[in-house]
Parts: sequence; structure tokens; C-alpha cells
Amino acid sequence: MITTDICIIGAGPVGLFAVFEAGLLKMRCHLIDVLPQVGGQLSEIYPHKPIYDIPGYPTIRAQELIDNQMKQIEPFNPTFTLGERVECLERQEDGSYVVVSSEGTRIHCQVVVIAGGLGCFEPRKPELANLVKYERKGVDYMVRNPETYRDKKIIIAGGGDSALDWTIYLADIAKEVTLIHRSDSFRGAPDSAEKVYHLAQKGAINLLLSHNLADVHGSDSLSHVIAVNKQKEEVKLEADYFIPLFGLTPKLGPIADWGLNIDKSAIVVNTVDYSTNIERIYAIGDINTYPGKLKLILCGYHEAALMAQSAFKYVYPDQKLSFKYTTVNGINTF
Amino acid sequence: MDNIIEIEIEDRDGTVQTIEVPTDVNLSLMELLKACDYEVLATCGGMALCATCHVEIKSGGENLSEPQDQELDMLDTLPDANDDSRLACQLRLTNENNCLSIKIRGALQ
Repeated sequence: MITTDICIIGAGPVGLFAVFEAGLLKMRCHLIDVLPQVGGQLSEIYPHKPIYDIPGYPTIRAQELIDNQMKQIEPFNPTFTLGERVECLERQEDGSYVVVSSEGTRIHCQVVVIAGGLGCFEPRKPELANLVKYERKGVDYMVRNPETYRDKKIIIAGGGDSALDWTIYLADIAKEVTLIHRSDSFRGAPDSAEKVYHLAQKGAINLLLSHNLADVHGSDSLSHVIAVNKQKEEVKLEADYFIPLFGLTPKLGPIADWGLNIDKSAIVVNTVDYSTNIERIYAIGDINTYPGKLKLILCGYHEAALMAQSAFKYVYPDQKLSFKYTTVNGINTF
Repeated sequence: MDNIIEIEIEDRDGTVQTIEVPTDVNLSLMELLKACDYEVLATCGGMALCATCHVEIKSGGENLSEPQDQELDMLDTLPDANDDSRLACQLRLTNENNCLSIKIRGALQ
């Protein structure tokens, strides 16, 4: 079990700055992030993009900002769990929390700070009425073990790289592979698209272009996928497995089930200290919402500062908090 | 009037409304829709990452700027996209877009 004062969920710029603000008040932090590296969106999605609204920097590249922030929090020795998603929070009798990850990592802390940004990226599901009914009963949103599909009839839907790649891979393993794509061309890697066309010509796969998904049928488990062409003519395809591969979309994920007040996929907070409706749980940065909310990194920094002042009472219940400037007091490392 | 155009917006429930929008405020269509209190999540804030501002262009699409790769890539991942689909966050309206007609399609969760 990892023990810390504050467990920060999300290691983006706001989560990192929360370490600094907590550190000034001698509170230790552990950060956990589903991504394999720190930096959140900045490192994962736009590391080379310039940011123009960070005070003191006329312009700074996203990754450079993260690198600087990592340096800034070095004195406070934060610890990290990366590549793991937080699944649940277990409230302890004394009010503290144990944060539990997808891999079973357990972090005991006095305060939980959710700095989850856009949330975590989950597979995008096509809107088909019966789809949910057959999840894990023939409908898979990702390929975990290709062997599952050996000698089975597989239908893949999508036009991106993963749809193309898995079509090619499973063509050798499955009894039959059909790829359904809404357009008549692919935007995935040209090499992969070429291979898919070639497999279709050879008859090794069925390629259904310019078709949209319409429905899925079955009894206990999935048996058919229905697709329609532009003229609304239906094709009914037999399937043991249906694998829609439509990329990832940001979702709140397990956070939605923790009893927090949620409004339009964001956590409602009190702007006095960015606390949520649950004691000892705070939400800062893009993941929270309040009247006038601006999704700006600099607003997240402000929220982190106020959160830390408020969280102090849970970490040091017997101490009085006295506010000090870094210019007067410097950075006292620990 | 200069720099004001009218566009027609069909909401998810089929309600159609014509609204006047300024073209000199440097707002994307996503931002304009939000400003007019339409429910658009725009989770990613306009970076063509979440596709929650998915709209279907009913007419007037020829006067819109061509989609860039990032928008096309994202649209390609949308199961319910069609040939008239665009991401509102990538659309900047100009005086050319008077009488544009769109339908809001973006997911609400």
C-alpha cells in the first residue's frame, strides 16, 4: 500500500501544479494517471503546440511547460503510478480514503484530488439500440486476445488504423472476416488500406464499403449484424463476434459512479475551495464545473492553490494554517 | 446588416430555429451554438478530439472551408457520420455562409 497525504488523480498540468501548492503546505502527493507518462493532454495530444496564455511565458511549447512543471515540483518528491486507471475510492472509518487502481494498486490518503482533465479515453460505441445487450456476448470494443476469434465469423466496423490492422491480422485466424466502413475509401495508413483491398480481391475477407451499421440481432448471444447502404438497402450478416473499432472518446469513466454531483460530464464544485459534494474529495482543472468556469490551464492553477489551502485541515487537523509567500519563505523541500 | 448572417439550426429533437450570428467575433460554430444555449458538450474545447460538436450540414456546405486532416480523421471514427458531417469546432463562419442550414448531431455524454 502506498501512503500519502493527497492522492491526485490525473498528472496533467493542473495535477502537477497541485503538488507544488500542496508542497508549500508540507503535504505530500502521489499522482496516478491512466496514461503511461505525465503531462495529460499536453504530452499525449499536442506536445509541440505553442501555448500563449501561461503568465510569464509569451509562448511555450506544451511539453516544455510540463517539463518545467516537473522541475518545479522536484523539491516536494511526488510519487507516481502511471498507466493505471483509478477504479474506485474506498472510504475508511477515520474519513481517509484508499484509492484503488485497475491493476490493484492501493493508495491510502487523507484527501483525494480529481484533476482528470477530459476524463479517460474509452472506446467509442456506435449508437445501435441492442448493442449493449450483447456486450461480452459477441460484441467487443477492442481485441484483447486474438485467439478468441479463431475459426469464428467476425465482423469489424470502422475505417481507421485499428479497424484496418485487426482486419488484416484476424483474416489469418478467423473463419470469416467482414469489414464494414461507412465511406468508400480509408483514411488509415495507405499501406494497411492497400493490404485490405488486396485481401478482399483474393476473397480472404469481405469488404463492405459505403455501408452504415443499422442493428444487431441475437438471442442469448449475438448472431447477426445489419448494415445498410446509401440506398437504405439492408444486408444481414451472420456473426459470432462483432468488433466496432471507432477510436477512443473522452469519458468520465468510473468517476461517474462515485456519488459525485455531475453536470454534463463535469464534476460540480464549490468555488470557495473547489471541493465536491463529498468531504475530502476535490476536483480541479478541466474536469470540474461551476458558474463562469473557463477551461484554461491558468484557471486550473488557481483552483489548485485554493484546494491546497482547504485540504490542509484534513492532513494537519491540529495545526493552524498560516499563509506564506514563496518570496518570503522560499521553497522548503521535504 | 454588415457582418451578421442568418443560419438555420435543427436541434436533436427536430426543432428548427433561425438565428442571427455575427461573423466578425472570431468564434467557431461550436462556440456560437454554445453561446445560443444549444446543448453541445465540446469536451475537448475545440481541438477536434472528441467529436461531441458533430453537426450535419443540410445545405450551404459548399461555402464552408474544406475540412483539414485532423477533422476528417476524427469524423472517420464517428459511427454515425455521413458525407455531410462536420465538426462545428472547426468551422468559422463568414458572410459567405448566410443561410447555412445545419442539424446538431453530437453525443450528449
